[in-house]
Amino acid sequence: MLRDITIGQYYPSDSVIHRLDPRVKLFWTLIYIISLFLGQNIFIYGIAGVFLLMCIRISKVPVKFILRGLKAVIMLLMFSVIFNIFLTDGEVIFRIWKIKVTREGVVIAVAMAVRLIFLIMGSSLMTLTTTPNDLTDGLEKSLGFLKIIHVPVHEIAMMMSIALRFIPILIEETDKIMKAQQARGADFETGGIIKKAKAMVPLLVPLFISAIRRAYDLATAMEAKCYKGGAGRTKMKPLKYKRRDALAYLVIFAYLFIMIMVKVYVVA
Amino acid sequence: MGIVKSEDLTFEYIIRDDDDNVENVKTAVDHVSLDIEAGQFIAILGHNGSGKSTFAKHINALLTPTEGTIWVDGIDTKDGDRLWDIRQTAGMVFQNPDNQIIGTIVEEDVGFGPENLGVPTPEIWERVDASLEAVGMTEYRHHSPNKLSGGQKQRVAIAGILAMKPKCIVLDEPTAMLDPNGRKEVIATITKLNKEENVTVILITHYMDEVIGADKVFVMDEGKVVLEGMPKEVFSKVELLNTLRLDVPQTTELAYRLEKAGVPIRRGILTIDELTTELKKLRAGL
Repeated sequence: MLRDITIGQYYPSDSVIHRLDPRVKLFWTLIYIISLFLGQNIFIYGIAGVFLLMCIRISKVPVKFILRGLKAVIMLLMFSVIFNIFLTDGEVIFRIWKIKVTREGVVIAVAMAVRLIFLIMGSSLMTLTTTPNDLTDGLEKSLGFLKIIHVPVHEIAMMMSIALRFIPILIEETDKIMKAQQARGADFETGGIIKKAKAMVPLLVPLFISAIRRAYDLATAMEAKCYKGGAGRTKMKPLKYKRRDALAYLVIFAYLFIMIMVKVYVVA
Repeated sequence: MGIVKSEDLTFEYIIRDDDDNVENVKTAVDHVSLDIEAGQFIAILGHNGSGKSTFAKHINALLTPTEGTIWVDGIDTKDGDRLWDIRQTAGMVFQNPDNQIIGTIVEEDVGFGPENLGVPTPEIWERVDASLEAVGMTEYRHHSPNKLSGGQKQRVAIAGILAMKPKCIVLDEPTAMLDPNGRKEVIATITKLNKEENVTVILITHYMDEVIGADKVFVMDEGKVVLEGMPKEVFSKVELLNTLRLDVPQTTELAYRLEKAGVPIRRGILTIDELTTELKKLRAGL
């Protein structure tokens, strides 16, 4: 049952967006998120929405995959919408006893929901079109400037990729330990939350022990292969900008420019 | 001096209690002196706790001797400045295939060693291609290591070491966690590397069948080398091996029992072919 979990929701396809340099896509996500906060205006959201739909189209990722990402935040979305509708002061549209709905409240709630939905769809598009490996490579390269203030960027990226490598192994191991404990009469399925949580203890302890042992083995193996951190290391697959990446940057800047123009001349 | 030479190599594990006081000292390797020639296939045998793995870790400078010295390609492993030279000269393959693969794709894992050495990118690709070819894993280069069998994972691990162009490969019980097919794959691969690429192979194992093809066998017990020689010589000492809790290959065992039962058969028979020719000769003689 645990085997079905897939981590990293990469959707394999052969689109231009898939082939873009991960740095471009990270930059795109950042700019897109910033652009959503330019202001609560129908034009701004409209342009952002059209741009997002265009990108989704080009990426050939089915829309339902992208919508799937929204499931996780549906509760958060509901909360913010409900609170905004009922608790904002302003021109009252209608009221039932003490509960009132205001015009401003509805506007803010809708704007908020749209912003959140676009935000999540935009960042899902990035994770759906970038392999976890490219993502860590991209992060390592784009955050390289942090090395100046002694942030161990390479080491963090290495840890991320090792984590990705070991997730399926640890899932398999959890499965194995679970079966072993069940064979001895452990019960993971019945009872309330507390009982279930307690039942996890005999699962987690052996899992942690084995994970630590694996980490030790892996560290030894890495040292034996002359791993000594990021300094002096070359790359087998170095990130290189191609023409399409330059083009993508142009598109992103054009998008940002349009959004700012809209903000300055239309909204204000 | 050979590629690996040790003189009075001793290593002690110090066991401390909670207050950091020395509770016990365990001598894992006890005054081992040996000399391994370049290009040979060497096997080190011993049951669990005989110190063979501890010794292997000294060849890669993962451990440094408490006493005595070990030289790898003429470099003293105590020389901290040349640590990375030593590790490049003597690559090491470990027991658990899962815990030594770092990359999420086969070819990336093979490239990990050369990346660490600072090899330029085009050469990394050449090395990766050649190494995967040498272990016969080229067709799996884009696969995730998680989807491979144990034997295949171990071959990827060997390719990862090969890509660092070592003079010598130390394999620390590489087959202990594999099924019989995987074991055969791995042994065939390292035998081929030894013969064709002329890499020195040091195989640490407790499976007797794997060492028949070795040029020289060292048997360790309680941290000491108790027996050394050609496989033939070593396996002719069936009683001694039994007292060391080691089995001899089945064929050798059969020949030994026949001899005990009064059949005039020569000692040190290792393979089935040898045994059949010997038995045929006997029958013709009767």
